[in-house]
Amino acid sequence: MDLTTLFQQLINGLSLGSLYALIAIGYTMVYGILRLINFAHGDLLMVGAYVGVMGVGMFAWPWPAAFGLAVVLTGLMGVLLERGAYRPLRQAPRISLLISAIAASFLLENLALVIFGGRPKPFPAPPVFTGVFSLGGVFIPRLSLLIPALTALFLSLLFLMVYRTRAGRAMRAIAYDLETVSLMGVNINRIIALTFLLGSLLAGAGGLLWAMKYPQVNPFMGILPGLKAFIAAVLGGIGNLAGAVLGGLLLGLLEIMIVSLFPDWAGYRDALAFGLLIIILLARPTGLLGEALGEEKL
Amino acid sequence: MKKAWLNLAALAALALILGAAGQWANEYQVRLLNNMAIYITLAVGYNLINGVCGQLHLGPNAFITLGAYTAALLTLTPPEKAQLFFLTPLQWPLSEISLPFPLALLAGGVVAACFGVITGFPVFRVRGDYLAIITLGFGEVVRVLANNLQGLTNGPMGLKGLYPYTNLWWSWGVAAAAVVLVISLVNSSYGRAMRAIREDETAARAMGIDSFRLLMLAYVLSAFIFGVGGGLLAHLITTISPSLFTFFLTFNLLIIIVVGGLGSTTGAVMAAAVFTMAGEWLRVVEEPAVIGGINIPGVPGLRMVIFSLALLLAILFFRRGLLGRREFSWDACGRFLARLRNLKLET
Amino acid sequence: MAFLQVENLGMRFGGLLALEDFNLEVPEGGLYGLIGPNGAGKTTVFNLISGFLKPTEGRALLQGQDIIGWPPHRIAVLGIARTFQNIRLFGELSVLDNVLTGGHCRGRAAWWEAAGRLPRYRREEKERLARAWALLEDVGLADAALEPAGKLPYGHQRRLEIARALATQPRFLLLDEPAAGLNPQETLDLMDFLKDAQERYRLAMLVIEHNLRLVMGLCQHLTVLDHGLTLAQGAPREVRRNPAVIKAYLGK
Repeated sequence: MDLTTLFQQLINGLSLGSLYALIAIGYTMVYGILRLINFAHGDLLMVGAYVGVMGVGMFAWPWPAAFGLAVVLTGLMGVLLERGAYRPLRQAPRISLLISAIAASFLLENLALVIFGGRPKPFPAPPVFTGVFSLGGVFIPRLSLLIPALTALFLSLLFLMVYRTRAGRAMRAIAYDLETVSLMGVNINRIIALTFLLGSLLAGAGGLLWAMKYPQVNPFMGILPGLKAFIAAVLGGIGNLAGAVLGGLLLGLLEIMIVSLFPDWAGYRDALAFGLLIIILLARPTGLLGEALGEEKL
Repeated sequence: MKKAWLNLAALAALALILGAAGQWANEYQVRLLNNMAIYITLAVGYNLINGVCGQLHLGPNAFITLGAYTAALLTLTPPEKAQLFFLTPLQWPLSEISLPFPLALLAGGVVAACFGVITGFPVFRVRGDYLAIITLGFGEVVRVLANNLQGLTNGPMGLKGLYPYTNLWWSWGVAAAAVVLVISLVNSSYGRAMRAIREDETAARAMGIDSFRLLMLAYVLSAFIFGVGGGLLAHLITTISPSLFTFFLTFNLLIIIVVGGLGSTTGAVMAAAVFTMAGEWLRVVEEPAVIGGINIPGVPGLRMVIFSLALLLAILFFRRGLLGRREFSWDACGRFLARLRNLKLET
Repeated sequence: MAFLQVENLGMRFGGLLALEDFNLEVPEGGLYGLIGPNGAGKTTVFNLISGFLKPTEGRALLQGQDIIGWPPHRIAVLGIARTFQNIRLFGELSVLDNVLTGGHCRGRAAWWEAAGRLPRYRREEKERLARAWALLEDVGLADAALEPAGKLPYGHQRRLEIARALATQPRFLLLDEPAAGLNPQETLDLMDFLKDAQERYRLAMLVIEHNLRLVMGLCQHLTVLDHGLTLAQGAPREVRRNPAVIKAYLGK
């Protein structure tokens, strides 16, 4: 492989990794607070993408309006999900909560199937996001650069929010010790809803970017990116925001690099993440940046 | 002793019904009955690890795939295999072997169980959400392998033209055996220990219960049952491919055991039967229909919407399912009848 | 040789010192007590001896055999049973099933013998049932045998947990605050029951308890812990007069 290809693949990996990171943040935030894998998080990606398709494609709205609406609606969908499927089960056994999450995920996918049909829809990417950059003789799709840049922007906003505001502090406090914080008069439900909102907003943005990168939309498009982003979150250390970003970038780079170095293995790409997951859990269950998983107290 | 007779009578009744069905039922009804039996088999196995032991295992479809492929590769004759694998020839010695159906089923179960033994070690290092995600990954990994290991699975083209060995006797025979095996294990000291792990693993360990070994036992046994069920399924639908056994299959099984009452084996049996029937009735909503002169187009996906709503509502509002953790038993049946009699006497 | 000999046991969580240089020798059938204020490291001692934690240093010998590093279930099979400070019953299992579960680890029959109801399993299950009923009679819960354990009143749950621990046929019983939440009469009954059990099964016990009446009435020997350190050890009367103990614990 020559240097040009290597560079192109690096950019490719970076952009895929950014998408994983964007989605992984949502997993890690919810896990940090509720110790729950939000199985339906990947499907929020699909929700965002479909709203985008409808807005730009069907109603021919200007793209900023359509994209804005897509992100906001996805965020609200996340809040609705928490309200409808998770909050009623907060005191229930763990297994019920997980089953509820799986049911919600299937419900979203099949509702999309009923409403939009099963045939993949092309995603009409606005001109701003298309085209090719030429960087010293290396041609790179503009989107591949925009994705990491936008991801960096969104994540800085999120980090500002989590580390510089009152609500963000409450969020971190709850992640540390939910019971004590609830005794201190913080409105837990509001903070949890806010967590879901933030994670889902990012998922919505991720969905739009994903749909432009792999330019089509279908009801089940969120499953695999969702699972991989979750694995990225575990790789980085679940519950840890920076870890989710790191894990996402690593997983994206790893997938692209392995496929470009060993083209024969391309077919196994989707299994790589799960192999990685098993290795992490065996070797270092806390992930790269994580602290010990909440070991059950005796 | 009386109960043993009642059980035998129930089995005899089942045999009679099957005999009658074989005689008079049409092809569609027979297929439905076969489906029902296979779902019962799979659900009973799933309930063992998921309901009784309380571990959210999300990879039954992986084990079912393994069983289906193993059994199918073993029943196909060498000339049939040579014809199927025209792109990449099938790996020797599989290309030369041909086994009778029962042995192939057994081999499907054994291969799935071996996969269980190997994967059990990483799986039971973790619990809860992590266990769910790892096992969910198995389905994905097995699908990827089935797509890529052309010399073993024929890749995305799958295996076609299997002989439809699965008849009512085989499917219901296996279902009955699985039910008897699981119920007698669950009602033994081992089953009690498994339920104890579900309730409080720490306390169970303090009572001298080796939770790893017991979970492994349940996991591998369920894997075996999935494998055999997969073999039956393959020889019912006669064509299998990697895309056939997706997470949907696992999701269906999850609905069944939740609706039946997590941990209740007889509940799982009943729910599996109801689920198969409901799946057929609901087929209507996805087919175009003419009601009162108005054409209503079929809506694909509506059936799954209804099923996922059912699961969501069941877990939100009826977390106990049909039977809760209770079991159907002759004693309970007797008590129920006695209550009915008393009611009659009172009125 | 002591029945249980704990030497130089120490435990740190990160930088936090939970227990340091803990030594204890319990003879066969000895009734020993462990007292100290909250957070003194008492439950840590239990978790170390029963295998739920691995100490950062020291060893624990059961009849000369070092059990440190063994998993909890093997330690239980060796004959050390325990209860938990915050009762941990199998809530949805019946009272009888809870006690039967305690007897599972004494069974020799393999799973297929159990599933096939083969003779060895049937014999063992019969013995288990007989022993479980006897234990339930002893703790006065035979009438509630078929109720779910989670539905029992608090005091009964405490007793059930002890019965379940006894069903593992231990030679050494670790009781973590067995009298917590019991009224004075129940506490007296418990004391009688424990003394009786000790005589009947030649059982050694180590009891964590805040109720000093129970501790003084039951134990032959006390260890006082404070902030992970051993303040005093000896017969209850001596310990009671120990100025350090009075200062740290009794005299508050």
